[in-house]
Amino acid sequence: MNDRIEKRIELKAPVSRVWRALTDYREFGEWFRVKLDGPFVPGQISRGHITYPGYENVKWEAVVQKMEPERLFSFTWHPYAVDPKMDYSKETPTLVEFRLEKTASGTLLLLTESGFEKIPAGRSSEAFRRNDGGWTEQMKNIETHVTQTP
Amino acid sequence: MSHKRRSRTAAKRQLRAPVFAALGDEMRLSLVAKLCAGQPRSISQLTEGSRLTRQAVTKHLRVLESAGIVRSVHRGRETRFEFDPEPMEGMRQYLDFVSEQWNEALGRLQSFVEK
Repeated sequence: MNDRIEKRIELKAPVSRVWRALTDYREFGEWFRVKLDGPFVPGQISRGHITYPGYENVKWEAVVQKMEPERLFSFTWHPYAVDPKMDYSKETPTLVEFRLEKTASGTLLLLTESGFEKIPAGRSSEAFRRNDGGWTEQMKNIETHVTQTP
Repeated sequence: MSHKRRSRTAAKRQLRAPVFAALGDEMRLSLVAKLCAGQPRSISQLTEGSRLTRQAVTKHLRVLESAGIVRSVHRGRETRFEFDPEPMEGMRQYLDFVSEQWNEALGRLQSFVEK
């Protein structure tokens, strides 16, 4: 069973630009759709709240792990912990890593999220509930909006 | 959220509970691989050709059973185990879901840095 998520994406922007979009808390918030209380600091908890319409009360919390300039940014979190009635704090968090590599045309971004094998009771049920609520559809609408109004 | 949907979610939550934990072990994964092949197998059959004792295999099977990944079927005095695909399917859907969220987020990141 595959217990990790891996993504590769080629970005037509310099590594320094991508690094800023990932690690400046305001810029991160722009594309991730979260309002963060303050800058990312390794070893410290980053807090904020989701800014999606309908999910504004959902808290965002992660622990920043590594910030190796223009190379590696990582944090641990509870993936898509969106149910305000659920206590996620006792779960083992997953590790999210963004790795950057310079390419001829810009930047190669490698994303991995690992540690799903440690996720305990019942998280999979969220997928169903949120898909029921048309979350994926809503995400697509937002993406369209962002792409069309740069 | 309607009451009906809430209770259905709770039911799924119970069903899919400790699947990830149960599969986080090489021995249990290999037992699942054997059972995926089809036929229900007895503990003796599953112990055959493995380095583990019958007791160890039984213990692993009970963990898989409590996660709902395998079912035990009693036939006379013998207990056989068979694979139940449902919880693994639920987990795969969960990973697909998280994966899709990342596709969307990285798509927005791309628009953001390339504009």
